[in-house]
Amino acid sequence: MSTSPFPSGPIQALRGHALVLPGDDIDTDRIIPARYLKCVTFDGLVDGVFADDRAERAGDHPFDRPEQRGASILVVNRNFGCGSSREHAPQALMRWGIRAVIGESFAEIFFGNCLALGIPCLTADHDAVLALQAAIAADPGTVLQLDLDPPRVTLSGDGSSRVWPLGLPAGPARMLVSGEWNGTAQLVAHDNELRATVARLPYMAGFT
Amino acid sequence: MSAGTLYDKVWELHRVADLPGGATQLFIGLHLIHEVTSPQAFAALHDLGLAVRHPERTVATVDHIVPTTSQARPFADSLAEEMLATLEANCATHGITLHGLGSGRQGIVHVIAPELGLTQPGMTVACGDSHTSTHGAFGAIAFGIGTSQVRDVLASQSLAMGKLKVRRIRVEGELQSGVFAKDLVLHIIRRLGVKGGVGYAYEFAGPAIEALSMEERMTLCNMAIEGGARCGYINPDAVTFAYLKGRPHAPTGEAWERAVAWWSGLASDADAVFDDEVVFDAAAIAPTVTWGITPGQGIGVDETVPTLEQTEADERPIAEEAYRYMDLSPGAPIEGLPVDVCFIGSCTNGRLSDLRAAAAIARGRHVAVGIKAFVVPGSEQVAAAAEAEGLDAVFREAGFEWREPGCSMCLAMNPDRLEGRQISASSSNRNFKGRQGSASGRTLLMSPAMVAAAAVSGHVADVRRLLAIPTNPEPAATSA
Ligand code: SF4
Repeated sequence: MSTSPFPSGPIQALRGHALVLPGDDIDTDRIIPARYLKCVTFDGLVDGVFADDRAERAGDHPFDRPEQRGASILVVNRNFGCGSSREHAPQALMRWGIRAVIGESFAEIFFGNCLALGIPCLTADHDAVLALQAAIAADPGTVLQLDLDPPRVTLSGDGSSRVWPLGLPAGPARMLVSGEWNGTAQLVAHDNELRATVARLPYMAGFT
Repeated sequence: MSAGTLYDKVWELHRVADLPGGATQLFIGLHLIHEVTSPQAFAALHDLGLAVRHPERTVATVDHIVPTTSQARPFADSLAEEMLATLEANCATHGITLHGLGSGRQGIVHVIAPELGLTQPGMTVACGDSHTSTHGAFGAIAFGIGTSQVRDVLASQSLAMGKLKVRRIRVEGELQSGVFAKDLVLHIIRRLGVKGGVGYAYEFAGPAIEALSMEERMTLCNMAIEGGARCGYINPDAVTFAYLKGRPHAPTGEAWERAVAWWSGLASDADAVFDDEVVFDAAAIAPTVTWGITPGQGIGVDETVPTLEQTEADERPIAEEAYRYMDLSPGAPIEGLPVDVCFIGSCTNGRLSDLRAAAAIARGRHVAVGIKAFVVPGSEQVAAAAEAEGLDAVFREAGFEWREPGCSMCLAMNPDRLEGRQISASSSNRNFKGRQGSASGRTLLMSPAMVAAAAVSGHVADVRRLLAIPTNPEPAATSA
């Protein structure tokens, strides 16, 4: 389990071991079962990461394999993070040590929740994800170099290296690279614009 | 106002600013909060030293963690008690209205906001809960958000958002008797897939949609998110206005007239351009049941579990996982599958018309031996209305338990849950592995009438057959 501090500031590149979690449509109920949501802080969430799946697979789950300890880049398939909007899911993954996710596609709310924590979710096409997963499976100790500008992942080993281009929409990419991914201050700063918006919405004045 | 979709118009009206990252800052007209996704947001707000910008636009209730048997405080579960106490303290500190237990207005957040008239056409509605899409039934743009975004809405009454594309889903024809909005939405998700809506808002339109009541529209929009669409909506019309009129937060008098005029103008224009369009025939839809572990794995009650050959190549791995988890064989009929637990309730199907449809099946029948069946009204108001017309008695006489309002067995955050490998017939919205509280528990999603049919039959049953059978036949007028 990583003890590195949570993401902060500009996020331009990451280096780390990868963890492959195969399967489409992995929902947030599986990432963190609902019983772990009974909390008023996010602090203890790490215990709940994939709790039911890990119990079912009794030590053979990717999150339990010794060679995956310390992995920071999660590689998934399609529609990762669908279902419940719970931010507990990325919070739990982040507390486990995940700092970036690569996959074929992500559920939108999950993507946004990750972005708000400074965890980039990058897409790659079907074949690239499978190739990347196969390469990592062949050598779990391999180190991935993840760049956000332009978004791509580089896998080095055996004296050669392979590069896959990744997808990240321009807006989130700019937010992460500039370090402005935690945007509350920006929103609060536009108070005049907010007032102007309120003024043109008749329901805000009760249609009087 | 320029030609466009309702989504475009509402988006433009609520646009506060363009953000440097390329997102739009969108004003949020109604912010709903509950005990699960708000405490960390309030804590973050305190850390930033910020106040709640528009406390009068945030409304709170408690739903996920409340027990449905006895709601006496303090709760037996100390974690649940702490969550509610935290919500109460946060609401008191920030001047936010909380519709708490026993207030007469408590209930599942997506049930109470519409019934109080808080949800109105043309609003943006956000809540730290994915089924916020429910409120789109009113022609609102309503979507679920994460806890960091709850913090943002508290702090600024706005959110950084990217604009979605809009897919119009036109439903022609008429639903058969015994086929409900729940069947319609399960059918749509079956056809378009659980990720088909990613990147889209769904506009539901066409004659079959216009014919739906507001409660049915809420069921439909509630599950847009299960099809991957972050929001789903229906253009406001006379049905919408009739539902809203006279509700506690609805405008009155001249303001009502002005509101109706404004709301009417927001509907998608006849020449609005959509990014995509699909058409369904309502008459072709049967009562639908999920057999697998995603809401897209649904079949007509008269169909069999699809074989791998009948499954798209990219859906086969999850189909295989579902056969194993559900312990169902490809090609097996779903009708006749024995169930253990029958749950009627949730934000999808916990409203008065849902309870009426289920009671119509339960009346004069009895829950089959060995089945646990219970009904959980979606709110205190739904409970009171149902009791006023004697539905609680119908259910009790038929052997169902009649419970207090809450999310109950939709998810496992309160005492209601499956045990071991129990299989439930459930009117809720998610059949994910472990969703109902047991890591090996199994869920079959269906309409409330179908759940009632399963309860009295002891197995999955075609509600159309039960509707055709007179249960209390009148003595024949003439004897042969
Ligand atoms: S009823 Fe279920 S889906 Fe609806 S808000 Fe409650 S837990 Fe969520």
